[in-house]
Amino acid sequence: MPCPDRFLFAPILAIMLWVGPAAAEDSRYVLSIKDHKFQPTEIEIPANKKVALEISNLDPTPEEFESTELRREKVIPGGGRITLSIGPLKPGRYEFFGDFNPTTARGHIVVK
Amino acid sequence: MLGAAIIVFREVLEAALIVGIVMAASHGLIGRALWISGGVAAGVVGAGLVAAFAAKIAAAASGMGQELLNAAILLLAVGMLGWHNVWMSRHGRALAVTVRSIGDAVTSGARPLYALTIVTGLAVLREGSETVLFLYGIAAGGGTTASTLLGGGVLGLAAGVGMGAALYLGLLRIPPRQLFAVTGWMVLLLAAGMASQAVGFLVQADMLPALGDAVWDTSAVLTEDSLVGRVLHTLIGYVSRPEGIQIVAYLATLLALGLSTQMVGRSGQPPLRDPDGRRLDPSRRHLP
Repeated sequence: MPCPDRFLFAPILAIMLWVGPAAAEDSRYVLSIKDHKFQPTEIEIPANKKVALEISNLDPTPEEFESTELRREKVIPGGGRITLSIGPLKPGRYEFFGDFNPTTARGHIVVK
Repeated sequence: MLGAAIIVFREVLEAALIVGIVMAASHGLIGRALWISGGVAAGVVGAGLVAAFAAKIAAAASGMGQELLNAAILLLAVGMLGWHNVWMSRHGRALAVTVRSIGDAVTSGARPLYALTIVTGLAVLREGSETVLFLYGIAAGGGTTASTLLGGGVLGLAAGVGMGAALYLGLLRIPPRQLFAVTGWMVLLLAAGMASQAVGFLVQADMLPALGDAVWDTSAVLTEDSLVGRVLHTLIGYVSRPEGIQIVAYLATLLALGLSTQMVGRSGQPPLRDPDGRRLDPSRRHLP
């Protein structure tokens, strides 16, 4: 039987081989999590520009940075630090939250 | 407690819906209960491993290990779902006839059950690892609330599995002749949604351009945070503010899988046979 879906494995292979290019040239914005709260709870970034968001988890327990509006989700291990790319975004207010502690861990990004 | 139930429910829901579709799509295939429960079990073990190595994964590939892992899992699942549909386009008609006339005695061709096992395992692994991390956080936090929160987790798990079971039982009400046509479409849309999620992760890792943020915005009508939005997100890949490249990936997957299914389906189906090797006429009803 023919196997026309073989080409579907090509992208997976490509990803496996792809060592991620650094987002070094992007502006970097720093957030931290302590006692299941984001600090700061508001950051302002420029519109129509790709930026890197760096989040340090100062708690010993894992957290997940999540935002439906930004379409982002990323686990931050206890005591860990992650970076993710956001934008280019249109001006506006974008909510984010910690998926594991959604009542306390909340914040938003203001894009101007 | 309710908070924990909701969080676990959200994670479990996606995997449970996928398993529900897989169960319906493999209706009548011999041994599928074993294959699918094997997939679930492997997924649970995998979820534990991914959670245990969360810090290592997060640090891998210049800090983009999570995105690469998620994208790879999703694309592998897309491949397996595509494979399943292509196989069904060759054998589905025979299967529908045999399911109707001879119950579970299915004879024709190799069965791509491992493809569905892999899909099941990957779905459970992806959603399960976050559940494990969340529950670990609660357990590590300790205190008197931990046991109530874990109770909430069990409640959320049961509710999520219940939704998957409801989808499966609902699909089984479809007559056998149309069942595989319906599950074929569901599998196709599921695959397209997964492909769009996969490229979303690669955008997050800054490995692909977004090609436009929020090409349209239907969040005023339906957000992914709502139950309906979440279910549609899983079933058909609904995103209220899609990135351009997500739309491209969605349509490309629909086209590629749709066309390959059509081509294989047209290239001739094997003659229908009953378990004794006699030819069956698909236009007639065969009763044992």
